[in-house]
Amino acid sequence: MATVTGDRTNGCVVEIENLHFSRGTRRIFAGVDIGIRRGEVTAIMGPSGTGKTTLLRLIGGQLRPDAGRIRVDGVDVDTLKRRGLYQLRKRMGMLFQSGALFTHLNCFENVAFPLREHTRLSQALIRHLVLIKLEAVGLRGAHALYPAELSGGMARRVALARALALDPMVVMYDEPFSGQDPISMGILVRLIRLLNDALGLTSIIVSHDVLETAEIADRVHVISAGKVVESGSPQELRASSSEWVQQFLNALPDGPVPFHYPAPSLEEDLFGNSGVGVSAL
Amino acid sequence: MIEWLRLFGEQTLAATARLGRGYLFLLRVLLGLPGLLLRPGLVITQIYATGVLSLLIIVVSGLFVGMVLGLQGYNTLVNFGAEQSLGVLVALSLTRELGPVVSALLFSGRAGSALTAEIGLMKATEQLSGMEMMAVDPERRVVAPRLLGGMIALPLLAAIFTLVGVFGGYFVGTVLLGVDSGAYWSQMQAQVSFTDDVVNGVIKSLVFGFVVSWTAVFEGFDCAPTSEGVSRATTRAVVHSSLAVLGLDFILTALMFD
Amino acid sequence: MQNSRLLEIGVGLFVLLGLGALLTLALKVSNISAFQQTQGYDVIAQFQNIGGLKVRAPVTLAGVPVGRVESIAVDPKTFEARVVLTISDKYANLPQDTSASIFTAGLLGEQYIGLQPGGMEEVLKPGDELMLTQSAVVLEQLIGQFLYSTASGASESQTDGGQEP
Repeated sequence: MATVTGDRTNGCVVEIENLHFSRGTRRIFAGVDIGIRRGEVTAIMGPSGTGKTTLLRLIGGQLRPDAGRIRVDGVDVDTLKRRGLYQLRKRMGMLFQSGALFTHLNCFENVAFPLREHTRLSQALIRHLVLIKLEAVGLRGAHALYPAELSGGMARRVALARALALDPMVVMYDEPFSGQDPISMGILVRLIRLLNDALGLTSIIVSHDVLETAEIADRVHVISAGKVVESGSPQELRASSSEWVQQFLNALPDGPVPFHYPAPSLEEDLFGNSGVGVSAL
Repeated sequence: MIEWLRLFGEQTLAATARLGRGYLFLLRVLLGLPGLLLRPGLVITQIYATGVLSLLIIVVSGLFVGMVLGLQGYNTLVNFGAEQSLGVLVALSLTRELGPVVSALLFSGRAGSALTAEIGLMKATEQLSGMEMMAVDPERRVVAPRLLGGMIALPLLAAIFTLVGVFGGYFVGTVLLGVDSGAYWSQMQAQVSFTDDVVNGVIKSLVFGFVVSWTAVFEGFDCAPTSEGVSRATTRAVVHSSLAVLGLDFILTALMFD
Repeated sequence: MQNSRLLEIGVGLFVLLGLGALLTLALKVSNISAFQQTQGYDVIAQFQNIGGLKVRAPVTLAGVPVGRVESIAVDPKTFEARVVLTISDKYANLPQDTSASIFTAGLLGEQYIGLQPGGMEEVLKPGDELMLTQSAVVLEQLIGQFLYSTASGASESQTDGGQEP
């Protein structure tokens, strides 16, 4: 909490410097630098498996980096003790890919959960707040439904209402658009932008849905092979000269990212003894 | 041979690592227990889930175990003309051994597996992660009440099991086989000691309740977050806790009834 | 709210049931009543042999339990077993010449002490010693005597009837 000063001036809520992280022997980040500005919607894009979700977990302090620093609102997340981390997390909201709603609680109780855990508000006040949050995502009428009775899009909106329950400063979205039908996708896209501006949030979206994300993001960082390949506004990105970025944005099947997973030559696999398909089951 | 040795070493290391994780996990969860005093509702819910819902199987099994003991005991004792001691045999077997052990085994299958599966699924569906990101510690909010609930529920279940079993033996022995009902109770009261038998049985079930609940919540928390991982963890929880109950029973018996 | 109320009621019932079972085990199944029955007076009985008598064995009068064996020790002078009996205060009017015997319940059952009241006017006071006692019947001695008598009987018949193949 001591070193708040300098960071506020350059407007970055989340600063990632020279981040290194690996899982087992697999290197996921090798020197990533990202600054996420206050009040903006920042998208982090990249193909599947580049560790975008891992990045969110690192920001949330659920994982610790091997090297480098991550600062959220001027606080070093990576060296924070448990108590401080939990204090910080109260100001962060996270929307998981699956929604991660508590299946044994209905929508109302799901949204009320963080309020009940962290505040000593009266029942009436909690009811008020929960209904407001649900109203904001358009699901006040669904407050009595259980997660199993919700469609995927609705579940995500409830999870969003829950993430907003404590009025966080940063909201992180993990693949908010994947697996959604066009209508609920459209709703989510608009909702993220709307809530960001209306509530003065800072939003971080991790996604590989290029079009939807570009529609609402102020700034996009593209990650590949453990590094930031390109940063800038969606317009700047589209004008990028990088072949890789072009392939990603335009969804070309082949390019710098090959269509084929690295493999021995076809002849060898078909006619040789490469051992494919002879695993001892 | 070398490969076999390597596998053995690998298994040993994995088991040791799991033991260490389980121990550290327990320490963290125990730190969360005092906080539960402020929120007894969480524990009550868990006592309901593990205790009240296990009541039926405990009562039915207790009744049948007692009835079988009555039958078998009668058939053996009657050869020595000692069928009057049937009550002693039934009550001692139940209070010392069968009550705590069988109810712990049933508890592990009925409630322990449910605990593991519940926590494992919460992990697999990112609910635990989500909780963490909401600044709620799942070890305190989810695990600690379940551990405490199980520790409270099992001794009570074991007491109910034992009592029902004594009545089951009474039913078979006196009503069906004609042992004198006065002798059944009086011999029992004369021979069963409160401090040695009943109290030791309660101590056993307290220990078992702790071990079974601990194993169950730990396996759930430690499982691989996939459907296969949850199913494996559930199996492991039941197998490990049952083995632990039997092993500990031997040790406790050796210490208590030397 | 309604739901959690039901749940709490269920748990309340469950806990009561469990504690009730424990209480019943204590009172009905085990001998916790022996702890309450310590209000009584002690008398001493000396036996030559107590057989398998144990501490806390019942003391009966006409078959009715009236007390328990408090302690068993060997008298350093007489080398007899010195058994302290606690008899409930309800039975404070036992005659002074009451005798004590050790009996066995059933053939292999537990041993207990049976009291036979005498006819004296004076009653037993705490710390008194019972004059007349009858030791336990030790099965081995009984069998030994029986074998001895049958063996002597058999040898007589042998001398009478000559040698059989």
